Amino acid sequence: MNEQKFQEKIDLERKIEPKDWMPEEYRSHLIRQISQHAHSEIIGMQPEGNWISRAPSLRAKMILLAKVQDEAGHGLYLYSACETLGISREELVQQLHDGKAKYSSIFNYPTLSWADMGAVGWLVDGAAIVNQVSLQRTSYGPYSRGMVKICKEESFHQRQGYEIMAEMAKGTPEQKEMAQDALNRFWWPSIMMFGPQDSDSPRTGNAMKWKIKRQFNDELRQKFIDQTVGQVKVIGLEIPDPDLKWNEERGHYDFGKMNWDEFWSVVNGNGPCNIQRLDHHKKAHSEGEWVRKAARSYSNKQEIINA
Amino acid sequence: MSLLNYTLRIADSSLILAQRISGWCSKGPTLEEDIALSNIALDLFGQANGFLEYASKLDGNKTPDQLAFNRNEREFFNLQITEQENGNFADTIVRQFFFSTYSFLFYTELSKSTDETLAALSVKSLKEVKYHLQHSKSWMLRLGDGTEESKQKTQDALQYFWQFTGELFEMDEVDIEMSKSGIGVGNSELKTNWDKMVNEVINQSTLERPVDAYMQTGSKKGLHTECLGHLLSEMQYLPRAYPNAKW
Repeated sequence: MNEQKFQEKIDLERKIEPKDWMPEEYRSHLIRQISQHAHSEIIGMQPEGNWISRAPSLRAKMILLAKVQDEAGHGLYLYSACETLGISREELVQQLHDGKAKYSSIFNYPTLSWADMGAVGWLVDGAAIVNQVSLQRTSYGPYSRGMVKICKEESFHQRQGYEIMAEMAKGTPEQKEMAQDALNRFWWPSIMMFGPQDSDSPRTGNAMKWKIKRQFNDELRQKFIDQTVGQVKVIGLEIPDPDLKWNEERGHYDFGKMNWDEFWSVVNGNGPCNIQRLDHHKKAHSEGEWVRKAARSYSNKQEIINA
Repeated sequence: MSLLNYTLRIADSSLILAQRISGWCSKGPTLEEDIALSNIALDLFGQANGFLEYASKLDGNKTPDQLAFNRNEREFFNLQITEQENGNFADTIVRQFFFSTYSFLFYTELSKSTDETLAALSVKSLKEVKYHLQHSKSWMLRLGDGTEESKQKTQDALQYFWQFTGELFEMDEVDIEMSKSGIGVGNSELKTNWDKMVNEVINQSTLERPVDAYMQTGSKKGLHTECLGHLLSEMQYLPRAYPNAKW
């Protein structure tokens, strides 16, 4: 009975709110997805944080720092959205540290030059936006509203990333080389951010029925590729895919085979930075323990004094 | 020439401290604090940018970015306290508390400068510094009156950073000239209020004021601690490695 009403609501495009009845599987799917999203924002601070101290101009430094700060803010919204499902931020962080919760695998790649700040903003945030725009229509209210807020800021980030790439592509030969190298390294991991091909994606079934997910991975990936090819041409770089070509009949670009062995290997912990990223987070968390304890202790004392 | 030098001193302290604080990004004790520290760093970069733009105009030759990325250690005039490493969270808070208390008093005076640009930049900076001071004060209380461990760490930080507080109130010939002409601030006169504000917070935090001992000096002549060279080599790496590139 409950389940039927729940489904009717979803079919009518009404949002599910925290106090509404929901199947346990819906709840756990959302916790998994939203926390993965939150962790991605937080772990995603590291590859870009890696260049804050070395940004090449005052303007570039302020833009990058503000961007990484935005990501921390997105992490906050998303943890809060997740908390409405009855799980605390501490538990979520613990799951991340225990390896039970994942984050987007793209952040397990290193950022090796300033051009990577362009590539990450343009491609990684670009791919994220395509996904997030679709998620603005997700059925869970707090998640949907979080996405609306986040999308606005992400589109800024994408433009800023593209601007870095464009500037470098028309710069000195060394800069152009860095830009192309960044594109070569980030292209395939970026298009694999949309996840496995739908034929191989185990959880799509209920997620679509419950409208947590609104579009298939392959659809979103195609959309991203179609919109990015033109942007690459404008700045005179080349996409590292010899099979990429316009398909008149489909009205889309065809593209080469993705290396799913590498994808799963990185997801399962063997990327260049998996250990480093998680260790960084654990270290900051444990080094902050005495500070959080002090703040709790002080606030307890104040409560006693004011009681 | 004196005005340029005077402006650079202000710009450099903001720039170097901003560069330091931005090192906390993704390492804060909580997500909220990570965001707060990035905010402070962003404010200080913005202040540095404003003062460097003015310095660039006065210089007539170098752009603000060239001033930030192409000067050597001996050409930087930031207060030595700003270049000290972040250390633990208590170190960062104590450094910020000393500096923000000073900046609050300094910009309050400099906003009355006869130099319109300096006055306008100070008014803007003062608004931000009030928040920085509030932030560091509230942490001084929580850390000082938190746990035994936090108290000890904060007391140790007070002890370490104390040696860099003498510089805040030093006046050389540039300061005297600027102050006399109504452009600059008589820094030595800020000390009474600084002591008062600092003592009050130290007492409230159940901490102890360090005993005055030897005070470090030198930044007005471009003399620094070993910390600055490493900071600059990292900060300036790209523009130095690719001098013909635009970013």
